Amino acid sequence: MAPITFLEAIRQAMFEEMAADPSVVLIGEDVGVYGGAFKTSEGLLEKFGWERVIDTPISESAIIGAACGMSYLGLRPIAEMQFIDFIACCFNQLTNFVAKGHYLWNAPAPIVVRGPSGGGVHGGPFHSANPEMYFLHTPGFKIVYPSTPYDAKGLLKASIRDNNPVLFFEHKFLYRRIKEEIPPGDYIVPLGKAIVRREGKHLTILSYAAMMHTALEAANALAKEGIEAEVIDLRTLMPLDEETILHSVKKTNKCLVVHEDTKTGGIAGEIAAILAEKAFHDLDGPLVRVTSLDTPVPYAPTLEEAFLPNAQKVFAAARELARF
Amino acid sequence: MPASETRAKSSKLSRQQYLDLYYFMRLNREVEDTMTRLFRQNKIVGGLYASLGQEAISVGTAYALEKRDWLAPMIRNIGALLVKGVPPRDIFTQHMAKFTSPTKGKDGTSHFGDLENLHIVSPISMLGDLIPVMTGVAMAGRYLGQKIVTMTWIGDGGSSTGVFHEGLNLAASQRASLVLILENNLWAYSTPVHRQVRLENLADRAKAYGIPSYIVDGNDVVAVYTTAKEAVERARAGEGPILIEAKTFRRRGHAQHDPAEYVPREQRAYWEKRDPIDLYEKFLTEEKLLDPKRKKEIDDKIAALLEKEREFAENSPMPPPEFASEGVYCTGPECHDLKPKWERPVDELLPPKSSVDPVWIVDGFGRGSSSSGGTAPIHFGDVPAASTENPSVPAKSQGKPAAKPAKKPVGKKPAKKGGR
Repeated sequence: MAPITFLEAIRQAMFEEMAADPSVVLIGEDVGVYGGAFKTSEGLLEKFGWERVIDTPISESAIIGAACGMSYLGLRPIAEMQFIDFIACCFNQLTNFVAKGHYLWNAPAPIVVRGPSGGGVHGGPFHSANPEMYFLHTPGFKIVYPSTPYDAKGLLKASIRDNNPVLFFEHKFLYRRIKEEIPPGDYIVPLGKAIVRREGKHLTILSYAAMMHTALEAANALAKEGIEAEVIDLRTLMPLDEETILHSVKKTNKCLVVHEDTKTGGIAGEIAAILAEKAFHDLDGPLVRVTSLDTPVPYAPTLEEAFLPNAQKVFAAARELARF
Repeated sequence: MPASETRAKSSKLSRQQYLDLYYFMRLNREVEDTMTRLFRQNKIVGGLYASLGQEAISVGTAYALEKRDWLAPMIRNIGALLVKGVPPRDIFTQHMAKFTSPTKGKDGTSHFGDLENLHIVSPISMLGDLIPVMTGVAMAGRYLGQKIVTMTWIGDGGSSTGVFHEGLNLAASQRASLVLILENNLWAYSTPVHRQVRLENLADRAKAYGIPSYIVDGNDVVAVYTTAKEAVERARAGEGPILIEAKTFRRRGHAQHDPAEYVPREQRAYWEKRDPIDLYEKFLTEEKLLDPKRKKEIDDKIAALLEKEREFAENSPMPPPEFASEGVYCTGPECHDLKPKWERPVDELLPPKSSVDPVWIVDGFGRGSSSSGGTAPIHFGDVPAASTENPSVPAKSQGKPAAKPAKKPVGKKPAKKGGR
């Protein structure tokens, strides 16, 4: 099999799930005729028709509401946000209606809300968001943020088959930049399982999405200095794979978290709390955070570069932690 | 005061239908009266919201639905729930936060649903959210081949929310079989309708979405029912969403705590003389459909039922504290597994047999050439051959269409009815 892009992996996952199960439908802005702003749904309308690939008005609340309503009749809608930043427009529909349904009145909403997220592509303050933590704080969602084409396909398939609302973030920096050979045919990557991308003994680096690649780059540079970092890709933020995290930190005794989300209220803070509660005596150093600045995502390349973490920043922080 | 756009009462219902409407309006009011007493005894845990004077709307509209149809009430639509088959005990236990309630104490009031049997979607307090949700239910129903209609309610206040617009516009663009009842009770909490909207008739909001609307006297249950029935039939026939403005008045405050002193005395007096149950009793008596003996039978039946239901609710336990942490996620066998009920051949939807072939696809599109300077994809409206009636429904398909587009063209009927 020829290697495929992250973007193609997303498309294949939707295509295969729709082909296998007529209850899977796609709804969003420009997903049909245009094939999606990033072409993640190219060819789907042709194959599956207008009833299953639904172009909507610019109405994010209505997209989520309709997807949820469709799920009550047993469908499994995928709702696309053209850019994930626009998920803020349907915050109420998601957090008050979709997320609370199962707890309150036993109404599961098996919908997937997916869309391109993240920065590094000069998208500016309204096309670069990492809004995962708004929703991590809302009981009821599962939250997925893959870093490779293989995972993107397997996790999206698992998300579509899940009976809960899943927020599926696709880092647009990765869409066309990485390629991977993936096995033919059907497979899933289960939600809630992190993966060790690189084994090491001196410290643990936790990351996800585009920053996972940054973490690996830094780890390779650290190795040249004799520091062996264990790099873990979280893949799913909810449920969070505490077992894999704790297992690694109990081995390395040091932990650094890299995320592209802003620092305050990011997942690193939650992980710090988990380690303080469950691995306090195993820690030989402070939990270190390498994150974006606590600002909106700026537009100018010089500013965005200053805003985002990069391999140099991770390398410097990791080296200091390793020497602690 | 709004003009009374009462539809002719000549529409013939069967004797049983006339009496059903009466029974459910009476039941609605007695259920709420019982809850007012429970509230005063401190047995209602949270707020209590009354629909006094609006019973004809809840009952008359929901009575127009069939069993297979779906509804999503607002907080004042207890009557619609009763018509759909919800037993009064569910309403009592909800308000009293009992473990035997449909939400097992996790939510109160009319905030509960039943996806499996009664086809009720639970409301939430954020008004308007149910409009796109019920649009989605209608869209799924069409896709599955079920000929269902969905109905939800909104107030004069809720009709100013953003999601009202998004939802109704999506319903219109999808031509979803949604009937939206706009209960104009003249007050959004303490704000009168003329300070919310610069429209004399809120039905005019429908014009913005290119959909038909009706105005009806919300205190005339027969008019409400016959209007709703016509709207439901039109929606089921594929004409798309329909808005019905029912003019009425909220006779109690926003909730029990609110004495509603902001309401002008003359306005209240006018509407108290137009009590929907009194008006209907007079009509039934004149038409010789109700006599004192029959009325007493109904009184006794409701009293006996509510006594039993209230006792059940009062004797039910509160949920155990440990129940608080259960049920955030749908996991394991406890989870409600929703399966689609196909009422059309599933084969026609599965590739490679898929026959749904939209007319607006142009050569080269979808095979990679469109995204990089090949044949540009064409958009809705650019294609002369495409339907002008519903851009999301192909007017003609190459091959067999998977679902038939609506038979009747929209706009043939006058946009408004009811003697304006």
